[in-house]
Amino acid sequence: MTKTLTRADLSEAVYQRVGLSRSESSGLVETVIEEICRAAVDGQNVKLSSFGTFAVRSKNERVGRNPKTGEEVPITPRRVMVFKPSNIMKKLVLDEHRKRSA
Amino acid sequence: MIKSELVQIVAEQNPHLFQRDVENIVNAILEEISNALAQGNRVELRGFGAFSVKHRAARTGRNPRTGERVDVEEKWVPFFKTGKDLRERLNAEV
Repeated sequence: MTKTLTRADLSEAVYQRVGLSRSESSGLVETVIEEICRAAVDGQNVKLSSFGTFAVRSKNERVGRNPKTGEEVPITPRRVMVFKPSNIMKKLVLDEHRKRSA
Repeated sequence: MIKSELVQIVAEQNPHLFQRDVENIVNAILEEISNALAQGNRVELRGFGAFSVKHRAARTGRNPRTGERVDVEEKWVPFFKTGKDLRERLNAEV
């Protein structure tokens, strides 16, 4: 079955690997996530080698439609974040899934 | 921003840690996420976003240059959906 990991699992991984206290480990997980957010909000792309790249893209205004009513509504220009996984991560995920489905 | 810059920023906020420790911490986080996805699990980080794996069925593609048919095997790809808070922060007018 599919499991969903949360901050708690990441903190546990840091705790196991680095040997800081549990509360300090969870604080650091928070800091790392927040600094990635901050860079993105600042408009920077965040490149994490062997993991992937978080890129911020600007979208122009376009016409959308309310799918329920069919009514046309303008979609305002906005910034979105996209994640491009590294080739290493893509290969790891693909290889492991292939192994299991074989 | 690249990984070493992230490490440096976090290290500056935690002067009691060696840069090496912070590098280990960042790598532990990223590897935990990668390994979870490899095992077919999801990682949900409220306020930031959620990582999951999407299944793509096998299909017959075409070589766009020659128009020739090619069989594309089924695959599994990592996917990230930006969380609500971050989406809003990216578009907050300041």
